[in-house]
Amino acid sequence: MRVPATQFLDALLSVDRVRARQVLSDLESHITPLEQIDGIIVPSLDRLGLMWEKGTAALSQVYMAGRICEELVEEMLPPMSPDRKSRPRMAVSVLHDHHGLGKRIVYSLVRAGGYEILDYGRRTVDELIEMIERDHIEILLVSVLMLPSALKIRELKQRLARNLSSQTLIVVGGAPFRLDPDLAAEVGADAVGRDASDIMEIARKLAD
Amino acid sequence: MTSLQRLLTALQHREPDRAPYMMLVTMHGAKALGMPIREYFSKAEHVVEGQLLLRRKFRHDAIYAFFYAALEIEPWGGEVVFTDDGPPNSGRPFLESPGEIRGLKPPRVSDSESLNKVLRAITLLKQSVGEDAPIFGVVMSPFSLPVMQMGFENYLNLMYEDRSSFHHLMEANQEFCASWANAQLEAGAAGIVYFDPVSSPQMIPRSLYPELAHPIAKRMIAEIKGPVATHFASGSCLPILEDVITTGTIGVGVSAEEDLGSLKSVSRGKITLIGNLNGLEMRRWTPQEAEIKVKNAIAKAARGGGFILADNHGEIPYQVPDETLSAIADAVDKWGHYPLEWVAVEK
Repeated sequence: MRVPATQFLDALLSVDRVRARQVLSDLESHITPLEQIDGIIVPSLDRLGLMWEKGTAALSQVYMAGRICEELVEEMLPPMSPDRKSRPRMAVSVLHDHHGLGKRIVYSLVRAGGYEILDYGRRTVDELIEMIERDHIEILLVSVLMLPSALKIRELKQRLARNLSSQTLIVVGGAPFRLDPDLAAEVGADAVGRDASDIMEIARKLAD
Repeated sequence: MTSLQRLLTALQHREPDRAPYMMLVTMHGAKALGMPIREYFSKAEHVVEGQLLLRRKFRHDAIYAFFYAALEIEPWGGEVVFTDDGPPNSGRPFLESPGEIRGLKPPRVSDSESLNKVLRAITLLKQSVGEDAPIFGVVMSPFSLPVMQMGFENYLNLMYEDRSSFHHLMEANQEFCASWANAQLEAGAAGIVYFDPVSSPQMIPRSLYPELAHPIAKRMIAEIKGPVATHFASGSCLPILEDVITTGTIGVGVSAEEDLGSLKSVSRGKITLIGNLNGLEMRRWTPQEAEIKVKNAIAKAARGGGFILADNHGEIPYQVPDETLSAIADAVDKWGHYPLEWVAVEK
């Protein structure tokens, strides 16, 4: 599996949809779609996430790779497929500001991992509280670009904590949390999702 | 030395009397005048009063005529969203599909109320400070402006999948950028800060910089009739620094995530480093921490000139207390005087 995985990652880094699709097509007669996701797609996205953290891959590559993988997984596991993982119940949102790239990346990466996730779009704290309760969300992934938006997570967390029935974990991500490693603790976030592997790890732990 | 002489000496890669520093404060002017941020930015006179007050308080070497980044999309028809505790932000992108790019015409600076407000502020600031301290204007690079024009996601799709529309957009943005920068110079700005965060290797692969962003930066810097410093607004730049130098820029705003010593080894004698105090962490610094951070930055990058101390983003967060900014100013005064013999002793 190592050679196809390397070829697949190379295709993602080059933003080459055709080649990425071809690598998986060549494996179709040997492994199942789920094995392709768990053995090729998810490890490649994890690796790409680590490259982004180390500074050897760019955000644009992470974004485009997420889109390509999301498309491929949509074909393998259509929305109602029984193989899609619907637990834990996850949603992703942007808080207040209009910068949605981080949210889109997270959405693509999670779906490319075979998980279901709700896209809440751009929301205020009040709206998120209502939606989390309505949808029984276990993990809310919040992407922010601006510091004031990041600071509003504290209010979200405090209001959720007041509701004793709420077990929702808040996982945060975005530039302010990378530049200030203590910010996540300051706003009371349960975890920081630096890349795809972080998010998948949190989801896997809750799903078990 | 005056602030202007100090900065010019450092920019010529020589040692002035002390390390120059630019306190890139914007919203703190509103705080100083006891005004909501929206009201503060509604009049040039407020910003002039705020900037002059801040310079008296923090003794920095340059006046920053930057209002907020989203101001540049107002003349294009874009929406600006104000908050009580942060910079005004760009609202819903006004370009909703690539098809709208073909008919896009760059706005004229003279037609824009918001741009003219900035020009008036520069004129009034210049009348007040004369030749004592330079005033820096700001432009968003044509390559980075589309994040606010069409959203980052759609912009990346365009960059990778529709190069023809991408080049159309770049043409319109370049025409606007050059005219906006030159209007600020004519109003009295001594130089322009060219914000280009999308060019950072954290945003696009290093291989795309020479192909897409570098030619635009080079053309803009040639067309802007005054000195230009490039700023990556917290983005890294070390992997492309050699290329950045060839755009003709005189300085580069660098990230807190990169080591000033490593940057200096590339920049020495070629380009001035501007940075790289972490504005986000600054919110929690004690005066002692502020002093240590300033001292470390000076030790790593100030010898031989070619260094201006500043924050790493080009806009200090509203939440940073004035006491911290004063502590930074005091630390520059304590540790920044050349010939910096203590640096050699401590090494």
